[in-house]
Amino acid sequence: TISPKKYGGKYTVTMIPGDGVGPDLAASVKDVFKAANVPVEFEQYDVSGMTSADDKLYKESLDSLRRNKVGIKGTLFTPATKLGHTSFNVTMRKDLDIYASLSLCKNIPGINARMSNVDIAIIRENTEGEYSGLEHQSYPGVVESLKIITRAKTERIARFAFDFAVKNNRKKVTAVHKANIMKLGDGLFLRTCRDVAKEYEHTGIIFNDMIVDNTAMQLVSRPQQFDVMVMPNLYGNIVSNVGAGLIGGPGIIPGCNIGREYAMFEPGCRHVGLDLADQNAANPTAMLLSSVMMLRHLNLDEHANRISSAVYETIQAGTAKTRDIGGNSSTTEFTAAVISKL
Amino acid sequence: AFSANKNAKGNYEVTLIPGDGIGPEISASVKRIFSAAKVPIEWEEVDVTPVIKDGKTAIPDEAIESVRKNTVALKGPLATPIGKGHVSLNLTLRRTFNLYANVRPCRSIVGYKTPYENVNTVLIRENTEGEYSGIEHEVIDGVVQSIKLITKDASERCARYAFTYAQQVGRDRVTAVHKANIMKLADGLFLDVCKQVAKEFPSIKFNDVLLDRACLHITQDPNIYADTVMVMPNLYGDILSDMCAGLIGGLGLTPSGNIGRDASIFEAVHGTAPDIAGLDKANPTALLLSGIMMLRHMRLYSQADAIEKAVLTTIAEGKTLTGDLGGHSTNTQYTDAVIKKLSA
Ligand SMILES: Nc1ncnc2c1ncn2[C@@H]1O[C@H](COP(=O)(O)OP(=O)(O)OP(=O)(O)O)[C@@H](O)[C@H]1O
Ligand SMILES: Nc1ncnc2c1ncn2[C@@H]1O[C@H](COP(=O)(O)OP(=O)(O)OP(=O)(O)O)[C@@H](O)[C@H]1O
Ligand SMILES: [Mg+2]
Ligand SMILES: [Mg+2]
Repeated sequence: TISPKKYGGKYTVTMIPGDGVGPDLAASVKDVFKAANVPVEFEQYDVSGMTSADDKLYKESLDSLRRNKVGIKGTLFTPATKLGHTSFNVTMRKDLDIYASLSLCKNIPGINARMSNVDIAIIRENTEGEYSGLEHQSYPGVVESLKIITRAKTERIARFAFDFAVKNNRKKVTAVHKANIMKLGDGLFLRTCRDVAKEYEHTGIIFNDMIVDNTAMQLVSRPQQFDVMVMPNLYGNIVSNVGAGLIGGPGIIPGCNIGREYAMFEPGCRHVGLDLADQNAANPTAMLLSSVMMLRHLNLDEHANRISSAVYETIQAGTAKTRDIGGNSSTTEFTAAVISKL
Repeated sequence: AFSANKNAKGNYEVTLIPGDGIGPEISASVKRIFSAAKVPIEWEEVDVTPVIKDGKTAIPDEAIESVRKNTVALKGPLATPIGKGHVSLNLTLRRTFNLYANVRPCRSIVGYKTPYENVNTVLIRENTEGEYSGIEHEVIDGVVQSIKLITKDASERCARYAFTYAQQVGRDRVTAVHKANIMKLADGLFLDVCKQVAKEFPSIKFNDVLLDRACLHITQDPNIYADTVMVMPNLYGDILSDMCAGLIGGLGLTPSGNIGRDASIFEAVHGTAPDIAGLDKANPTALLLSGIMMLRHMRLYSQADAIEKAVLTTIAEGKTLTGDLGGHSTNTQYTDAVIKKLSA
């Protein structure tokens, strides 16, 4: 397990606010932690993906993470151009081998949503699949992009999913794939999940699998049928965003990335939110709940519970709703409301 | 584009592949409604029960000849033959006729409630390559590589069709959905080609959106995409088209068209429903809507509009619905009701 660094009764945690809404959300976390007297000190790195020149700062932030073992981050922008740098977000997960991504997609009382009674834990493989970054032009106008699926990495993500299910008293694990088309790649993913499921048979957790297009359709018609879902990288991107759409948006879905040595907490839908940058308008819920997950990880359960109750009470009270969930309060107003409930 | 000529009697000849299971019943319904609407079409019915030729699945020659000659076909659901050596028939059709783009409009049907209202999306999916290239291999035990193949040529004809389709149905925007921040070369090429093709269509706006954002926004408020034609690589199209179908209540109400170099085939995307086959319970709406798409492809706009209106008002009134829509009527009763609306 991961043993975070603690000096003089305080934990040091690396913080990378990220681009877009990131800085506003990071500020919210810092304010709430301060008000709640959380024994955490942040080592902050304002890495940005908006320019390609940030390599040095990026490397420093990785060193800090290696020291501290625990981090919290917003999303770094990645340009969609060939000349632009590759994703810092992806590289970071790969460099530190934080292989499991977890997003919690659950209705929050007080938020109007398309669907109710949704409670899905979305677990996605973080380090291979379609995000391998291996691409080449084999002939002018012909590009190949490699999707890599390995038994070893599938096995550990499947184990992560089942362990999560056991620990959190979940009933079912669903593997999402496209094995009817990608018979070898997704086939390996599916077979490996099935093998791992057998090891967990004694726990009574049900295992099933679903083809990804049908999954998308089922999600928008009957999302209540899902419990824990496990899948390769790209499908995780799709499923977490569809899930977000169903329950009220990316502003309320917390998440984290877990590896053998390091843990990195970040909102589950991983949106930059450039359109809301510097407007004091983003919803800090996802980031605050991610920080709550971090506190639990640090065994600071009491602080975690206080902050999460304050967040949920604030939303339920409905007096400081941000724009994305139908109100007109600012980020700082929401944060102040949370602090007042502590 | 469609360029067949009328025959001596002034009709277009169109291939009809009734299909398996409920296929024949829903095809019969479409024929009755089309003839009541005086659509200038003569059906050429063919059987596509697969034959094995040189050890491979093949479609009977007469069927191929018919589709090739007519360049348009309407197709019911086909049962996928089980057993080794059989490629799915859909894939065989796609390869035989170079069906390079799949078109899926999804529109909320008044009278059939879902958590989403006002869905009106149009999605065009590249149908021949991408993640479905079929090129995969096991590098060493436990390590598999699947190749996503993106080519300029395939992307270009798909993109061009998207713009053409937008013009045809009166939308003034095309939106490319991609993940070029991660797959910079592959999705980057697809995106570049779309931008290039956009220049040939100055009257149509172009924008692009990341796959994540598209998934989020469609499920938050599908109305955001009601004025555009979305175009995307194979896998994203597969996933998002089924998702949009889910928004309007499932595959039972969604039409689809496969546009090809040598022919275009319109089909209902639901299965053969063996559980209700032969019982006169099937809902023919999806095949009907596919037929309407086909008419527009053939520029038979007035007949398409008339039939569409009759179908939608019949459903909206809710008096004569089949079981899948919560009604108690038979396919025949529903078909009669639509025909009555046509002459009203
Ligand atoms: N914490 C948040 N609170 C409220 N809305 C959010 C939050 N995070 C993201 N969003 C919204 O989610 C949507 C998706 O954000 P996304 O990150 O895709 O935008 P972007 O990256 O800035 O723009 P683009 O996708 O064009 O590059 C945006 O409308 C954004 O405003
Ligand atoms: N056009 C239709 N009208 C009424 N009910 C339908 C229709 N199409 C499908 N259904 C119902 O939806 C269910 C699933 O249908 P589907 O057609 O996918 O059958 P299937 O058993 O999967 O067949 P296939 O093997 O061809 O995919 C069936 O139980 C059927 O009753
Ligand atoms: Mg599909
Ligand atoms: Mg089926």
